[in-house]
Amino acid sequence: MKVTLHIWRQSQPSDRHAQSARDFQRDGRMVRYELDDVSPDMSFLEMLDVLNEHLIKKGEEPVAFDHDCREGICGACGVVINGVAHGPEKGTTTCQLHMRSFRDGAEIYVEPWRAKAFPVVRDLIVDRSAFDRVVQNGAYVSVNTGAPQDANATPVPKADADKAFDAATCIGCGACVAACKNASAMLFVGAKVSHFVHLPQGRVEREERARNLVTAMDEEGFGNCTNQYECEAVCPKEIPVRVIADMNREFLRAKVREE
Amino acid sequence: MSWLSSFWRTSIGGKMTMAVTGLLLFGFVVAHLLGNLQLLQGPDAINEYAKMLHDLGPLLWVARIGLLVVFVVHVVTAVRLSQANKQARPVPYASEATVQATMASRSMVLSGLSLLVFVIYHLLHFTLGVTNPGHFAMKTSGAGGFDVYAMVSNSFANPAIALAYAAFQLVLFLHLSHGIQSFAQTVGIHHKRYTPMIKTLSFLLALVVAGGNALLALSVQVGLVEVAR
Ligand code: HEM
Ligand code: FES
Repeated sequence: MKVTLHIWRQSQPSDRHAQSARDFQRDGRMVRYELDDVSPDMSFLEMLDVLNEHLIKKGEEPVAFDHDCREGICGACGVVINGVAHGPEKGTTTCQLHMRSFRDGAEIYVEPWRAKAFPVVRDLIVDRSAFDRVVQNGAYVSVNTGAPQDANATPVPKADADKAFDAATCIGCGACVAACKNASAMLFVGAKVSHFVHLPQGRVEREERARNLVTAMDEEGFGNCTNQYECEAVCPKEIPVRVIADMNREFLRAKVREE
Repeated sequence: MSWLSSFWRTSIGGKMTMAVTGLLLFGFVVAHLLGNLQLLQGPDAINEYAKMLHDLGPLLWVARIGLLVVFVVHVVTAVRLSQANKQARPVPYASEATVQATMASRSMVLSGLSLLVFVIYHLLHFTLGVTNPGHFAMKTSGAGGFDVYAMVSNSFANPAIALAYAAFQLVLFLHLSHGIQSFAQTVGIHHKRYTPMIKTLSFLLALVVAGGNALLALSVQVGLVEVAR
């Protein structure tokens, strides 16, 4: 099959502290490429690999894109395809997307996650370390739980375990931020809060966690949720927006109980 | 106070401020509609009601100032949050798509700003008597004082005014149909069974409130209310 690609090319990294859109965008622009040897069985990233081979043969700079596992678990590969983070298939990462999801002759726009908090490193690669810094502020359990216990020594009701697990499936890809009309990270941060608050081990530090994670999120310059739920629609792990309501409630609780 | 202002400055604190002030404004809009529906009962009912409100004296001013504060906080917070949201994405997508966000949710800033314009006009019209001084100055002998019935019915006898009021109810409907269910999510109410019901309720409440207001705006045009001379 044939496709026409429009790909964001940017050789200079975006400045995270840029004051203007121009400084953030640097030399970035959309570039058009035609590919006519695409198989419907290729994954989206394999299609980009083919494009890059052509570019290298022509002596041009290949398109830089992030990837690692190529099996939908590491969260590295996200790009925005025709305006939708990770492309048209629901609950699917870019690496697990196949070219059969596009028609022959399709025009395909490929862009990096666009958010102030995710500066572009090069082309389609963004720096998601803002997520790491949020996680470092409390998305873990620091109370000492001693030597490993017998399995099931701490009973967790099935309903709670399910809720925690829904949130724990997050792979930190950043699609929620990319899809949000406000570049908000509340699905991601909500997943961290919700993951821990439904488990007994996590409940001990629930207040500091809610407060610290939200503060860290705000400092990174993400936008604010306006309950439009675009994040939920593109999340490759289909994490529900319930986790955002969980976070809102936890944050309010933490602030009210603050001394 | 410092707790409140530091809470307000956080992302979630700002959202919750929108939610609580929004709900209070919604409460006011409902009370406002219920009171004004008395227009349909004829001059005496609505004029007695207006006199009762005016006779509240200082209490009326407490309510007015409270409402103004809530309104200003709602608008100021909306401006702060939407500016932060703009800054959070300096470079827009070349190709943008929307998967599941509703039209109402995407136009909250626009519908909100339109409401602001409408509220200002509405106050100039019926509260301060700037736009139609002739209607505003009408007096009644009955309940004593302002003839609200005459003012309103004469204004809505003008098709342009009636249509403008009705058109703004569409905007109010949009704002509230997203706003009411958004309130629930923002304050942390989310449930497999109840959330879909809340969304339906949000739509219906918005429809009833905006519909009720539109009915009053068009009441003279459709012959439900007679124009007082
Ligand atoms: C009649 C007056 C108004 C009523 C009854 C009203 C009601 C509401 C309600 C119930 C909400 C939902 C809160 C939430 O998101 O949880 C809301 C949100 C909002 N309102 Fe208003 N509002 C009014 C006027 C305005 C005005 C004048 C503005 C102008 C700037 C405005 C801008 C907004 C914005 C930006 C949001 C947030 C939307 C979002 O989070 O998606 N509103 N309003
Ligand atoms: S490359 Fe690991 S999730 Fe796609």
